[in-house]
Amino acid sequence: MRNLFQVSAAFEDIMPAEYKSLIENGPFGGDKGVTDLGTFKELLEEHPLCAGCGLALSLRLILASLPNPEHTIIVGSTGCSALAFPQAAVHNIHSLFGNQNAVASGLKRALSLRFPDVVKDVVVIAGDGATADIGLDMVMHSWFRQERITTIMLDNEAYANTGGQESGMSQEGAVLNMAPKGKNFSKISVPELAWASGCAYVAAVTPANPRKLQSAVRRGILAARETGSSYIQVYSPCPTNYKFKPNQTIEKVKSREKDGTYQVREYISDEAQLLFDRLEEVKNG
Amino acid sequence: MMLQQQREVDAEYLLFQAKREKAFLTGSEAVAEAIKRANVDMSVGYPITPQSEAMQLIGELYQMGYLQDYYRAENEFAVMASIHGASLGGGRVFTSTSGPGTLRAMEMFPVWAGARQPIVCAFMCRGLSLPPSIQPENIEMGMLLNTGMIMLHAETVQDYFDMILGAYAIAEQPEVHLPIGVFADGFFLTHTRESVTLPPSDIKLKTYNPSAAPVPCFNSETPPLRITRDPLLNKSNAISYGANASWHQEILSASIRSKKHINRYIGGSLETENPDAGIMIVASGTAVSQSREALRILHKMGIRAGLVKIKTIRPFPGEELAAATARASLILVPEFNAEGWLSREVMASLDRNSRVVSGPRVFGGMTMPPNLIVNEILSRIS
Ligand SMILES: Cc1ncc(C[n+]2csc(CCOP(=O)(O)OP(=O)(O)O)c2C)c(N)n1
Ligand SMILES: [Mg+2]
Repeated sequence: MRNLFQVSAAFEDIMPAEYKSLIENGPFGGDKGVTDLGTFKELLEEHPLCAGCGLALSLRLILASLPNPEHTIIVGSTGCSALAFPQAAVHNIHSLFGNQNAVASGLKRALSLRFPDVVKDVVVIAGDGATADIGLDMVMHSWFRQERITTIMLDNEAYANTGGQESGMSQEGAVLNMAPKGKNFSKISVPELAWASGCAYVAAVTPANPRKLQSAVRRGILAARETGSSYIQVYSPCPTNYKFKPNQTIEKVKSREKDGTYQVREYISDEAQLLFDRLEEVKNG
Repeated sequence: MMLQQQREVDAEYLLFQAKREKAFLTGSEAVAEAIKRANVDMSVGYPITPQSEAMQLIGELYQMGYLQDYYRAENEFAVMASIHGASLGGGRVFTSTSGPGTLRAMEMFPVWAGARQPIVCAFMCRGLSLPPSIQPENIEMGMLLNTGMIMLHAETVQDYFDMILGAYAIAEQPEVHLPIGVFADGFFLTHTRESVTLPPSDIKLKTYNPSAAPVPCFNSETPPLRITRDPLLNKSNAISYGANASWHQEILSASIRSKKHINRYIGGSLETENPDAGIMIVASGTAVSQSREALRILHKMGIRAGLVKIKTIRPFPGEELAAATARASLILVPEFNAEGWLSREVMASLDRNSRVVSGPRVFGGMTMPPNLIVNEILSRIS
């Protein structure tokens, strides 16, 4: 696997150093994970997101958790994460705000036709606005159709990229732009919608527990390969728009877990559970 | 009906050399006959009048095995997004829609052009709301003029068949690689039967080769590792603005470069009858057929007039049109829409454009009797 990517000898002297280090010491081959961070060259190069950005941290952890980065295609959407993806060493697509699950549906089907014998993971990574508001119909229909894709929501409870407006994922009562009197309906329960829509694997996790996050991402991707759609929601608070100090992001996550307003949870279909058990068995010999 | 074994052939052979046989088809059936021979991997649809029948027939082709994947999506925006994804993954794709469906999907069309995708979409034009109308009208074409896609306008069922197949050949040229909309005036073409000739159905276009595209395919098979077709996401700096601008210029250039392939595969951007006449009618779509009838009536009255049939709305054949109408002192532009988008294109392309009469125009479900055109001409020359 290590020699999947190689620099042509003629270009060696002009290739950027970080590109060469990806080839020499990148995560390809699938044997790297969040506990190895700091020992290998990550897929995400310097990104332009704010100091303390919860979404940037989550994205870093998600990318480090991919089981098959050399055969993963990410479909993104407009929002803060779209500013980071041009810096990510993985095939990634972004065209519009909200169309991500429809794009991923077509992409996954075409890849299945063209590469019937190769595992190609299609992973949607998009904001809460993209997933729960403007793109919700396409998100849910991709689940109804049981598209073999994994949908990951970077939930910062706001439209961060446009300056901190209310989203469907904001908490009830939150005072945000365009909700000057406070949001007057509750946070949308997308994990439960996903479960009711037939997803084989659903999880709500946070970057405060990287191992748990990694396990969710891997389970979601494995379930999408073999059983059906999967959904993972990652709470990724935004210091810029929620106006807390950049060094308090993880504290923020922990306090929300503690007061029960952000519940880490997991739903696994019987079929997916059998799959995970089988894979665990193989791994443990 | 079962899948036939099909042999892959060049577009030239399929379109021009293969021996053709007569058939009597509606436009919807002709679309399906074209797709049967187009070696399409995947199609996605959403029903709307007058498109539904064509996409149902494509579904039957899928069921018979002519396509490998097909589904009914949740709305037209999702259709065009899914087709975009499938094409990014390297598949040859097809879809179709009409009027409100076109507008529902509008945000996706510049994405197709910007992503340099050879997507072929058949538009079966109809009225828009409000007031609502499902009747033939091509107002949506006026709204798609600036999306970056190449636009072909069929006059006849034969045109529709030939242009859809020709569209794949043009769109997939590495120096073009743009989406092509093949437009027809709904009902007039989709639901009426015409005599056509078809090449045999045991041949089809060659398989699409995505690695010949000018932009990389998103299948994770292509280095470099770090690619996105959105490197042009506007960051606030001059390099980013310049990259964005040059990308747009390249789309415009690709459209201009398509002209030689348009000449080769659909016989040019326009066709002229009686080019030396002092009175010229300039039309596209079914307005051309009505204009031909008007010419016959005028001829009987001893009035000589000519006709320019415009086949490509984008790129618009302005110079060719100027040459074809150089000797005319009266130029009439009959249209099936309220806005008169074609006459604006014509006026913008010609000098002395006071020669241009913008009309007659019909819409809302009205037909265009040839006498409407004749009377307009008579009123201008008496
Ligand atoms: C059709 C459309 N409507 C609105 C916008 C403006 N817009 C860009 S990003 C964004 C908010 C994104 O919110 P979210 O998905 O939560 O991502 P975040 O920026 O919070 O990470 C909006 C409203 C757009 N780009 N396209
Ligand atoms: Mg957000």
